[in-house]
Amino acid sequence: MNKRIYRIAMLAMLLTLLAACAPAPTPAPTAAPPTAAPTVAAPQALLFSSTQFNPVEEQEKMRTVILKDFTAAKVDFVVDPTEAPFMDRIIAEQKTGKITVGVIGALHGTFPNLVQANALEDLTALAAKLQSRSIVKEFMTLGKLGSDKQYYIPWMQATYIMVYNKKALPYLPAGANVDALTYAQFAEWGKNITTATKEKKLGLPAGPTGLMHRLTQGYLYPSYTGGLVTTYKSDDAVKMWTDVKAIWEQTNPQSTTYNNMQDALLSEEVWVTIDHTARVVNAFKNKPNDFLAAPAPAGPKGRYYMSVLAGLGIMKGTPNKAGAEALIDYLTQPVQQAATTREVNFYPVLETGLPADVPAHVKLELDGVVKQSKASDAKVALLPIGLGGKAGDFNKIQQDTLTRIVLKGEDIKKVLDEEGAKLNALMAELKAACWSPDPSSGDKPCQVK
Amino acid sequence: MRVRTESILPYSLLAPTLIFITLLIVVPIFQAFLLAFQTADGEFTLTQFEKMIADTSFADALKFTFLLLIFIVPAQVVLALVMALLIHTRFKGHTFFLYIYALPLAISDLAAGIVWLAIFTERGFLNSGLFQLGLLERPFLFLSYQNLPALFSTLIIAESWRATAIVMVILLAGLQVIPRDYFEAADVFGANTLKRTLFVVLPLLRPSLQNALIIRTIFAFQTFAVVLALAGRVIPVLTGEAYNWYALNRNANIAAAYSTLVLIFTVIATVVYFRLLRTSTAEAGFD
Repeated sequence: MNKRIYRIAMLAMLLTLLAACAPAPTPAPTAAPPTAAPTVAAPQALLFSSTQFNPVEEQEKMRTVILKDFTAAKVDFVVDPTEAPFMDRIIAEQKTGKITVGVIGALHGTFPNLVQANALEDLTALAAKLQSRSIVKEFMTLGKLGSDKQYYIPWMQATYIMVYNKKALPYLPAGANVDALTYAQFAEWGKNITTATKEKKLGLPAGPTGLMHRLTQGYLYPSYTGGLVTTYKSDDAVKMWTDVKAIWEQTNPQSTTYNNMQDALLSEEVWVTIDHTARVVNAFKNKPNDFLAAPAPAGPKGRYYMSVLAGLGIMKGTPNKAGAEALIDYLTQPVQQAATTREVNFYPVLETGLPADVPAHVKLELDGVVKQSKASDAKVALLPIGLGGKAGDFNKIQQDTLTRIVLKGEDIKKVLDEEGAKLNALMAELKAACWSPDPSSGDKPCQVK
Repeated sequence: MRVRTESILPYSLLAPTLIFITLLIVVPIFQAFLLAFQTADGEFTLTQFEKMIADTSFADALKFTFLLLIFIVPAQVVLALVMALLIHTRFKGHTFFLYIYALPLAISDLAAGIVWLAIFTERGFLNSGLFQLGLLERPFLFLSYQNLPALFSTLIIAESWRATAIVMVILLAGLQVIPRDYFEAADVFGANTLKRTLFVVLPLLRPSLQNALIIRTIFAFQTFAVVLALAGRVIPVLTGEAYNWYALNRNANIAAAYSTLVLIFTVIATVVYFRLLRTSTAEAGFD
């Protein structure tokens, strides 16, 4: 008898708890009406949330050097390098209407997700104000994310380059110029090294958080096929994957664990690689005498390279919008742009170009970056545009294609047909138009031919 | 009046835990469960599961999750049992070994993964050590996708190191509540150590074994960070895929579908253990 009462009491308690925990009706996503800002002497606080500058030293440089002269607000610079918690915080703040974030600093690829979360202010007015700053026009256009609003102001840029250990130079194919390699020569170089050392010393960032898919999107596909989506299963693409398999033959099989290539370069597991400038810079920093930078190889359609862009947005409903705008103004000034290159190794977004006074390791890397952009056959591929929150699905198609063709050895044509069909379905669902170097599709979705 | 206070007391003592579990575990489980059956707009659908099954990595993730389970759980339970029995003999210095055995409990699984990566990677501790001893001419690639058995073995070693401790602690606790009388009785009847272990200790340890198996199996389904660190994308597992879909592809619904699948497997495994290792109250409580 007693037991029964206990059980019922227990159940009742659980049910009450469950009822209490039922999600309360979400408040309307509009922010609390901004209280009339009283004019105070002390600068207001401003939260600057960034996905960039993961290493603690870089965060300190940001706080103590780059942000030092900014007086319009008291900036609290916080870094969340993984996108999931970063996005979760922003989405949660938007949903509850309790906004603390002011300025958002993130990569171009993150901004579509922020737009989808309805988390960004329209910065068109600010963009007009900053016009005299001569920010590279293509970058400003990218900041609109294919809309007529300015969602972010370009902040800084990086790219992917080839980095090699000087020990690899003797094995260069006869007649090859290390600053103007083709992908075929790259494979041959790897083969020569393998033959001589009995070790596979090419390396590619194909780990779980490595950026191999960017190399596929912005380097391999455009260089071989002159496009990405439209040419996804073209004959040129079949040739490309055949060559990628040949490169992979000479690539360290541990590449599937490499997320950034600097550690593998420093341990000499790898002698030659292509990766993001921020993910190889420690090689130059720790052993400046061992490594050199060079342009990424070229394919039949040119030496395509991808420019990686980080931008600054303003959180919708932020309590300190004036401070946020002032901070963006500050960070895009030439002095701060130069300081960003000097201190944290990202390059300016201004048309005036690169600063002269940079530390030795930055100079080593910069050398490759400049050679790459100035190469006679150099062409720029853009980051995917208009994919919204589905950018991850898009990347996954390139990752899966690589896994199936290269790692599992499936038939190239069959894989390209199947993954191409997925790509078509995704682009049709998103109604996303083609971006460069794919030819314009007008207002129709970009489709695989 | 007095009776009433007494009957409320247990509930008020239980309440904090109950509230905690409900808020932080039960509610999120329901929410995740619902997500798996919803479209991005919140309508009911089964497409998340269809997409999950059609995914390139799904079959491999399923296969490797179960392979890991099959290799790890028995190995760990046997290993943990041996360790617990050894500690239980209270030999001189046994507390030192207890601390050594329990050390991995204090280390997060991603940290453990990275430690093992530093050991097994091409220029890692193991290869450097073997090379310096003159046993290797050039580094052996343990973590190559072209050598799945080697890669898989490293996972089993790393996972065993990381998670055997929890099983051992549970079994040791179980051993310690067995009254000494049983052992004395066994001695009186002339049982040797082997017989005593087989016919006295093991049957009495059944409730603890059951708990240990359940917990270990649940953990095995959740194995993820060690695999991610050592094998990258080459060996996908179910929870790893849930993470990828949520964190990298930003698709909470498919991530939830994976989690739901893991939940279903976990429930099935728990029920199976309860049935197979059913214990009577007498055995469990020694009364």
